[in-house]
Amino acid sequence: MPSYVNPEKCDGCKALDKTACQYICPNDLMTLNRDIMKAFNREPEMCWECYNCVKICPTQAIEIRGYADFVPLGATVTPMRSTDSIMWTVKFRNGTLKRFKFPIRTTEEGKAVPDGGWKTKDADLKSPVLFTEPESLGLPQVVSIKH
Amino acid sequence: MANLKTQVVETDLLIVGGGMAACGAAVEAAYWAKQHGLKVTLVDKAAVDRSGAVAMGLSAINQYVGIKDGKNTVEDYVKYVRSDLMGITREDLVYNIARHVDSTVHLFEKWGLPIWKDAEGNYVHEGRWQLMINGESYKVVVAEAAKNALGAENIYERVFIVGPIMQGGVCVGAVGFSVREERFYVFKAKAVLVAMGGAVHVFKPRSSGEGFGRAWYPPWNSGSSAYFTLKAGAEMTCQEVRFIPVRFKDAYGPVGAWFLLFKSRATNGMGGDYMQERKDELEKWVPYGKVKPVPANLRNWLMMLDVMDGKGPIYMRTEEAITKIASESGDEKAAKKKLKELEAEAWEDFLDMTISQAILWAGTDTAPEEKPSEIAAAEPYFIGSHSGASGAWVSGPKDIAPNEYFWGYPNMSTVEGIFCAGDASGASSHKFSSGSHAEGRIAAKAAIDYIVDHPAAPNYDQAQIDALKAEILRPLDVYSQFSKTSSDPEINPNYIRPKMFMFRLQKIMDEYAGGVSSQFKTSKALLEKGLDLLQYLKVDSEKLAASDLHELMRSWENVHRMWQAEAHVRAILFREETRWPGYYFRSDKPAMNEKDWKVFVNMKWLPKENKWEVFTRPIISIVS
Repeated sequence: MPSYVNPEKCDGCKALDKTACQYICPNDLMTLNRDIMKAFNREPEMCWECYNCVKICPTQAIEIRGYADFVPLGATVTPMRSTDSIMWTVKFRNGTLKRFKFPIRTTEEGKAVPDGGWKTKDADLKSPVLFTEPESLGLPQVVSIKH
Repeated sequence: MANLKTQVVETDLLIVGGGMAACGAAVEAAYWAKQHGLKVTLVDKAAVDRSGAVAMGLSAINQYVGIKDGKNTVEDYVKYVRSDLMGITREDLVYNIARHVDSTVHLFEKWGLPIWKDAEGNYVHEGRWQLMINGESYKVVVAEAAKNALGAENIYERVFIVGPIMQGGVCVGAVGFSVREERFYVFKAKAVLVAMGGAVHVFKPRSSGEGFGRAWYPPWNSGSSAYFTLKAGAEMTCQEVRFIPVRFKDAYGPVGAWFLLFKSRATNGMGGDYMQERKDELEKWVPYGKVKPVPANLRNWLMMLDVMDGKGPIYMRTEEAITKIASESGDEKAAKKKLKELEAEAWEDFLDMTISQAILWAGTDTAPEEKPSEIAAAEPYFIGSHSGASGAWVSGPKDIAPNEYFWGYPNMSTVEGIFCAGDASGASSHKFSSGSHAEGRIAAKAAIDYIVDHPAAPNYDQAQIDALKAEILRPLDVYSQFSKTSSDPEINPNYIRPKMFMFRLQKIMDEYAGGVSSQFKTSKALLEKGLDLLQYLKVDSEKLAASDLHELMRSWENVHRMWQAEAHVRAILFREETRWPGYYFRSDKPAMNEKDWKVFVNMKWLPKENKWEVFTRPIISIVS
């Protein structure tokens, strides 16, 4: 089953032109049944369980049930992703609960500056010096081999 | 013909793909293009935020040299890669990536990727070249910088690129279609940077049924890079050098932290340690068998010998490793605290990059500090960025490459106008996520240089583009023409659906080209039979049928896989030795032959003649 949608929670992302899960799925699996306005995984046997649909769903309607060809039933792994961290709740088959929280980024969302504040030394397209180098290397110059 | 409107997009540099290499290319190209008044366009079959191999995240950066700290040199990295690949590597390419990769990693940190630091503020190393990260949003952060550099108006998402547009032997763009709206795309460009990843599901996976998508590398890596460059007539290299990772069994959780950071052992069902018990076997593979760390394929091989002898299951001794580290950390209180810390690190390792493994641990009530977990060899993958090496044969950098490896622009293929990075470029293994990004940058700067040197707008032959459109949309036409001739759209004598087509390809590769069920063994006789069967499949590919745009993409993904498969079979057939026994074993040529086969196996598909040429290229060492 990999990712599956709880029909009571899914609202088809309302008036938006595509659902959030459809937008994000790297393998083009999540799709919207327009008759009932509910999303579904149209090709679960091509699902990588990457959890991107689970993480992005605005109504937390998507969950993962581990691949049934090798995972015993009963366990769940559930994320809550915020702008700077992610909290995971792991429920074992025997009921044991574990919770973990990890940082996900150190900058404000959307604010990644391409040059990272580093200047590019060289304007020569034929030189090996890349954008932001050599400052971003922390070196006076790009190293080379003397033939 | 299916009635899809055509949209033409004109640009200077077209970046095809959206993963790490493509995002590196976007950041770099945007800077140089601005200075020269050029336009850069990126096209991705998914959403850049979460596309490519790092879509789920990663728990480590596997390539960081740390040149500025003086601990390692670029030459050290070249030596490591050369040994791991049993001598078959383009040292100029590996050197070039390694001298730039630290810059890329430092940029990642500025962009917001949390890299672990010790009390002194230094990066925490998992191994000599590996850094620990909190990498759940690794791809999101890297994509954000790429998008900010390029501008949303220059990015096309959910457009699947099928192949190149060629004009007089030069690549002048790419064609494909949207999977969201009925639209055929023609991208006209002066240069194309190919970064569409490697190939998964060419071989039958171990998983089955609804678990079929659980490959170690993601199933959306469908051989599109290899197809693009092959169809353009570009020379390819190391098509025999596939990769088989040993990972936690079934869910394929990462083992790097366990082996490198936690210093765990792996033992067989009898409690024996194959790395110790079988160390004499390494003598057969000298000089590489004597190198430390032991090359990945040889470590695989020693384990596979145990499995073939019926000595499984093979266990990662997590309980032993954790107990040892905890007990060495001081008194009982300190040990308890350390245990808690290690437990969180172990779980994060999976939750950041292979969540399925966390589900499997939870589903089997596995606490790593209490019981060991099985490891196993997965199925073969094409991943030139990791420990495989397949990809296009590209030019090295002018200041480093020997003359035989240099033809004008770094990372340009033998076809003018095509630049390659990440899994798309070959013989430059061990670039992983960070090195792929750095290589994308190298290729992008070179591509802008090429465009500045070749400013003339290319010519286009409309009849050729019309023919490409008809060919690409054919699966839709086949379906609409024939689907009513059977009461079940799945079973129809006039066509084959993409999923069944993939199963047929996988069965051929699994049984004849050394897949899982053949225990990774093959021979000339098996390969020749497999090649025969691939020719039938190739003819039948014209009868692929697609009921919608999603299936049209699946149809072409599987054609791409089929071309990767054929290149692979031809390369293994040509190389008459066994050099990477833990990746594949030629039972009719069971030994390594340094005298005759310490060479690259390269090949080309000739578009005009529709023929393959397979030949050797010399290995020229630049690092002693």
